[in-house]
Amino acid sequence: MIVGIAKEIFAGEKRVAATPETVEKIRKLGFQVHVESGAGLHASMTDEAFEKSGAQIVTDIYGSDVLLKVRAPTASEVEKMKAGSTILSFIWPAQNPDLLKLLQNKKINTIAMDSVPRISRAQKLDALSSMANIAGYRAVIEAAHHFGRFFTGQITAAGKVPPAQVFVIGAGVAGLSAIGTASSLGAIVKANDTRPEVADQVKSMGGSFVGVKVEESGSSQTGYAKIMSEEYQKAQALVFAKQIMDADIVITTALIPGKPAPKLITTEMVKSMKAGSVIVDLASEQGGNCELTAPGEVVQKHGVTVIGYTDLPSRLAKQSSQLYGTNLFRFLEELCPKKDGVIVHNMNDEVIRGATVTSLGEITWPAPVVAVSAQQAVPAAPASTKPPHTKKSETAEKPNVFVFAIAALALLLVGLYAPAIFVTQITVFILACLIGYMVVWNVTASLHTPLMSVTNAISSIIIVGALLQISSTDIWIQILSTVAVVLTSINLFGGFAVTQRMLNMFKKGS
Amino acid sequence: MTQNLISMVYLGSAVLFVLSLLGLNNPETARRGNFYGIFGMAIALVATLFAGHVTNWLMILGAVILGAVIGLFAAKKVKTTQLPELVALMHSLVGLAAVLVGLSSFLDQTKVLSGTEKTIHDLEVYIGILVGAVTFSGSLVAYGKLLGSISGSPLLLPARHWLNLIVVISIAVLGSQFLNAAHDQALIYLFAMVGLSLLLGIHMVMAIGGADMPVVVSMLNSYSGWAASATGFMLNNHLLIIVGALVGSSGAILSSIMCKAMNRKFLHVIAGGFGTDTKKSTTPSAAQPAGETTSISASETAELLFDAKSVMIIPGYGMAVAQAQHTVFEISQILSQQGVQVRYAIHPVAGRMPGHMNVLLAEAKVPYDQVFEMEEINDDFKNVDVAIIIGANDIVNPAALDDPSSPIAGMPVLEVWKAKTSIVMKRGMASGYAGVDNPLFYKDNNKMLFGDAKKMLDEVLQALKGKVS
Repeated sequence: MIVGIAKEIFAGEKRVAATPETVEKIRKLGFQVHVESGAGLHASMTDEAFEKSGAQIVTDIYGSDVLLKVRAPTASEVEKMKAGSTILSFIWPAQNPDLLKLLQNKKINTIAMDSVPRISRAQKLDALSSMANIAGYRAVIEAAHHFGRFFTGQITAAGKVPPAQVFVIGAGVAGLSAIGTASSLGAIVKANDTRPEVADQVKSMGGSFVGVKVEESGSSQTGYAKIMSEEYQKAQALVFAKQIMDADIVITTALIPGKPAPKLITTEMVKSMKAGSVIVDLASEQGGNCELTAPGEVVQKHGVTVIGYTDLPSRLAKQSSQLYGTNLFRFLEELCPKKDGVIVHNMNDEVIRGATVTSLGEITWPAPVVAVSAQQAVPAAPASTKPPHTKKSETAEKPNVFVFAIAALALLLVGLYAPAIFVTQITVFILACLIGYMVVWNVTASLHTPLMSVTNAISSIIIVGALLQISSTDIWIQILSTVAVVLTSINLFGGFAVTQRMLNMFKKGS
Repeated sequence: MTQNLISMVYLGSAVLFVLSLLGLNNPETARRGNFYGIFGMAIALVATLFAGHVTNWLMILGAVILGAVIGLFAAKKVKTTQLPELVALMHSLVGLAAVLVGLSSFLDQTKVLSGTEKTIHDLEVYIGILVGAVTFSGSLVAYGKLLGSISGSPLLLPARHWLNLIVVISIAVLGSQFLNAAHDQALIYLFAMVGLSLLLGIHMVMAIGGADMPVVVSMLNSYSGWAASATGFMLNNHLLIIVGALVGSSGAILSSIMCKAMNRKFLHVIAGGFGTDTKKSTTPSAAQPAGETTSISASETAELLFDAKSVMIIPGYGMAVAQAQHTVFEISQILSQQGVQVRYAIHPVAGRMPGHMNVLLAEAKVPYDQVFEMEEINDDFKNVDVAIIIGANDIVNPAALDDPSSPIAGMPVLEVWKAKTSIVMKRGMASGYAGVDNPLFYKDNNKMLFGDAKKMLDEVLQALKGKVS
């Protein structure tokens, strides 16, 4: 089958759905790859580079069996496509119902890369995360560009520079990426999210978590955030007002799937900010988290720069293309398990099912829900491991009176009836057992094998018994003892030697 | 030498043996510990030889040299993967020696005892030979099982508990006959008892499954100690009693540690027959895990490892069989050079004898401070990106924690599924020794790398080398 890489026709779109590396990998799956001439130009990938990796450069790409794209296809693109072919692209089915109809009528199998279920197996296919990661990084870079100061605090001969205060709203992939980027530039980063369980992730990226103290969790089954109650929103607004007033840079990433972005930053809040501050609104494509955001533009309002770019990933085109291209390749890999260059559209696979929005002339969106939220995945299982433990400790706490009684009786009997020589022997024996017991518990577990071989070696002390008898006049005793000496000598020398050999192998790291 | 002087030398020797075991607290002091052991043995032998009643020097010299040559040769030649076999074989030698020394002691009529003293001495002889014989035959069977020449699966004779009981009772009856019989008559009882004890040893170990081998080997280690102790009682030699007690308790502790690591009762292990409890048949496949496994190729494994920050390696018996420890170490070295944190997690019963995996890794020159015990490391799996399981199964089975009806329920396991990704290297989908299916294989974040461990690891290594260069 032929896989086609289309040149993006959307104005300003610089990304491309493949790189020379992914082309090579796709070819290894058994596909032929066609690349539309000039497809990678804006992402610094020449036609020659694609050709070198085995792709054929063509001018008409829409006859391919499988089409790879970044932006959702336009009506005219769908018109040109081959009926019954497959397309992998961002689709945004919730926002583009008309597009779905067109694809349905053309009997095109559509894989929406934005609808891949968020389960662990599908992580390598998760193009949204890839793009969000880049958007978060780029947001900080754009902010730094428009912000008139250093990010990191410095004390110089010319005076003290305070570190920039960055406040990130929404700690999803983009938010976390922004937190990491900003803190590695030296800023002080605070972040908020309606899902309290992400606090640890914020910390791990170098930020501190600012919570809203109302008992409500914003997690939903799909792993994305949901709309919160009014009470919560009021409390949240108070927290935001305070944080935004203190912040030099605010980066907002709050999105709710299929809904317009929540308006979290009011005009009042923007007015309260210091002059020269910067707001980067990553939700601007869905209307923006800030009331003053102008989608696609940078505006100056009340002394604050509000950045509303909707094409942040495209502004890092090479990186985006590389990650997105790899996501697409991974998806093709799922679609082509036999690596024979033929697509098997297995609708029983939950990942493929979830991402498929039109198939065989049917609209198959939305897909049945797959639960993924980390909190709910925690099994209640550990409880079942408890009972045996508690039982054990109970018996350990109560000394067994019965055992003590028997031991006392045995000692009494030995003392009353046994000959003196046996009394000494048993004394030595019991005390030696105790010493052995205490010493051996201290042996480190990694040396248990050497322990066995060394105890094995010293148990050949039986040789003493054989030596004591070997000089008997009885020929039988001589023979038996000699054989015993041979056997124990094997053990003695072999045991110590093998222990030494083993111990010599144990060495500490540098 | 006077008797007192000899006693003091023996005492010194016994102290040295204790120090020898103490040295094993730490790998750094362990070598010194071994020298203490050698030194203790040397002075004990010198004192015995020069005590005054040894006359036939040539015979002793010949016997010792013969034994030394065989012993040193075996110690030099043995592969680390075959250590369990060697140790089992050596236990059998101690057992046999105890039998021979016991017989000699019985045949020796120069010392005339009477009354309680005679009874006790005869009893000591009887018990010493009994323990020796059981150790001897049991160890031989264990050796055969470890070598693979005897099937690892338990031999379950019908009514095997009764059989054991009958043998034990017969031995007790023979014992009472033995104590009351005249010398020549008693010798016959003695031989009959030896025969029964040998059978008992064989039957006992035959009934124990392959997964319980670490328990068996340490149990036989313990027996060989008790045999030495019993010999000490009959010869009235305190050194033998002390050393025997040290070895005996050491083996007993190891057995108990191994049993705890498998959440099994010692008596159940000895009674034999793993996973054949009636419990299992009443709940057939109640929690049979279903689903699909995700397989992965060697080059993808290399990629995952390369991209990880923290990697945990869990070796099992499969690594020993495939002799893959050196490749594992090379892989871990490459990863370490790339800044990946590589650690090893060892389950107490991984392998066929206590500490077996540690020795294999040490042989491959893995620094021991990278090697961790289950208890030290189990809480840390959540911080691990890739956990790679090489030829292990039951010790990473989540059913042990989740599924109370599982035959291995309650056994502590390495919680590898908490790592971001786990990769299981296995030849096929066969279950482990316990015969239990492993739900780990079907987990979303688990991948299966099918194939021979050595071959697959070599491929991973090559892929990694390709990435680095």
